Amino acid sequence: MNAPAIELANVTKRFGEVEAVRGVSLAVAPGRSFGLIGHNGAGKSTLFRMMLGLIAPDAGELRLLGERSTGARFRAVRQQIGYLPEHVALYDNLSGLETLQFYARLKGAERSDCDTALARVGLAHAATRKVRGYSKGMRQRLGFAQALLGKPRLLFLDEPTNGLDPQAIHDFYRIVAELKAEGTTVVLTSHILAEIEQRVDEVAILRNGRIVAQGSVAELRERAELPVRVMLRVDDAARAALIARFDARPEDAAHVSLQVSRENKLARLAELAAQSGVQDLRIVEPSLEAVFLEHSAEEAA
Amino acid sequence: MRAPTPRMADTATAEVKTESAMRLVLRQTGAIAGKEFRDRVRNRWVWVIATVFAGFALAIAYFGAAGEGQVGFRGIDVTIASLVSLVTYLIPLIALVLGFDAVVGERERGTLELLLALPITRGEVLVGKFFGLAATLSVATLLGFGLAGAVFVGAGGDALFHYAGFVASAILLGLVFLAIAVLLSVVASDRARASGYAVGTWFLFVIVFDLVLLGGLIALGGSSTGEALPWLLLANPTDVFRILNVFSLEQVGALYGLATVFPPALANPAVLGGVMAGWIAAPLALAYWRFK
Repeated sequence: MNAPAIELANVTKRFGEVEAVRGVSLAVAPGRSFGLIGHNGAGKSTLFRMMLGLIAPDAGELRLLGERSTGARFRAVRQQIGYLPEHVALYDNLSGLETLQFYARLKGAERSDCDTALARVGLAHAATRKVRGYSKGMRQRLGFAQALLGKPRLLFLDEPTNGLDPQAIHDFYRIVAELKAEGTTVVLTSHILAEIEQRVDEVAILRNGRIVAQGSVAELRERAELPVRVMLRVDDAARAALIARFDARPEDAAHVSLQVSRENKLARLAELAAQSGVQDLRIVEPSLEAVFLEHSAEEAA
Repeated sequence: MRAPTPRMADTATAEVKTESAMRLVLRQTGAIAGKEFRDRVRNRWVWVIATVFAGFALAIAYFGAAGEGQVGFRGIDVTIASLVSLVTYLIPLIALVLGFDAVVGERERGTLELLLALPITRGEVLVGKFFGLAATLSVATLLGFGLAGAVFVGAGGDALFHYAGFVASAILLGLVFLAIAVLLSVVASDRARASGYAVGTWFLFVIVFDLVLLGGLIALGGSSTGEALPWLLLANPTDVFRILNVFSLEQVGALYGLATVFPPALANPAVLGGVMAGWIAAPLALAYWRFK
């Protein structure tokens, strides 16, 4: 039973003339978290909708938990999936608890799951209030609670932290980590790359319907071979010396920064540390955003 | 991809699965229908419609003969004849308003996206919606006309039987237009369009159809079209509803002089009821085909 939780082979989807997804292949092992990154229109949503079985691919093979998500077994597969759509819309006239009870019934989940899920996302206090009166963040959390009903083995979260405040985002990822520890496979998209990169095991970068890069965040960084940036706290003499010698960029009165390529990183760091007047140094790894931009630029070139 | 190897044991489990699959279909459909019905009870739809029906029915029963210079509760047959005219206008309107945004409303608000990603088929969503709304309309009609019918309790068994027939056929008419409304809600790309289609449907069946038919009859001199007329009437559910009620009332049938032109085969309530059932099933089938 060690089949990948998600398996896509050469999946293609066309809408008229537009090829929204082109020959995408990927596999996500059970219990891993996977981030899907891409501009609007890159094909993220189409890919999500195909994985959920909402639309059928024109070509290619698609399996969730070892089975097709369409056809005779679709119910069995869907029962093990939790889904939070982007900009989730819920029924205004129901209370938070009633909302979950409705979805629990359709998912064949226990009624007691509803209270547990509400408490888990921190909405127990608003259980009997109508969704009409919920804030955007509360709606998002209720949508997340809905996805947790029935203890899914596979979670699809489309821009899950949209509209959440920093504390709620922190809480959200804490729950995702707990779910992962319980063996749930989590797939999520986000446009805030800095947010996703610390929290998923693996990412795929989607551009114009194609996966242009896939791997762990560290692997992608390696592959992109972007220079690291070194931040130095310096006195005035060292500041002038560094600017003259290494073409360092002044940041503020006490700091300069410079780019160091990966190959001579250690040698250069030793030099910098030996420079008199350098009081402190800090290495800033390139963000995934930078990696992503790099890939986008390559593609455009 | 491995090929499935059929085994004896598979047949047994397959049977068990079919049985629970049936229960699943009912559970999913019931969940949608239940929500739809509860929503309408909560937003007072059911009560408002029931009150409208009860009010109209009592008013017609009491004031219906005012033109003849008298008020007071009259014979049930005459009252039913007046109610039939009212219902012909009112029920299609109410059913269309009730159902025109059943699917397109959820699509526009964005709730459909999540619904369709759950372990439920599109057919179950559609049928569940129809049944929930059908229960709403049926309960409201029964409540409204049932309440009004209480004044006829003294009128005798036959009269009550006719009245019950009228209420049942009114519900059937409502379900026909509900099925059409659900179809419109699937076809329309947004709510505004769906409401436009609903208004058009109402005009077509309640007003335009009969006028065109009448015009055609006069223009063609009535000779060849005269025989086709009863069949053409079947193409309009409001006419079927009228015929159903007119023929159940002998007095009224004679009054309208319809008995002479209408072939007996078509005057059978079972046949007419079957036509109405077809009018419910066809739009739903079309809606299902489009929704898939």
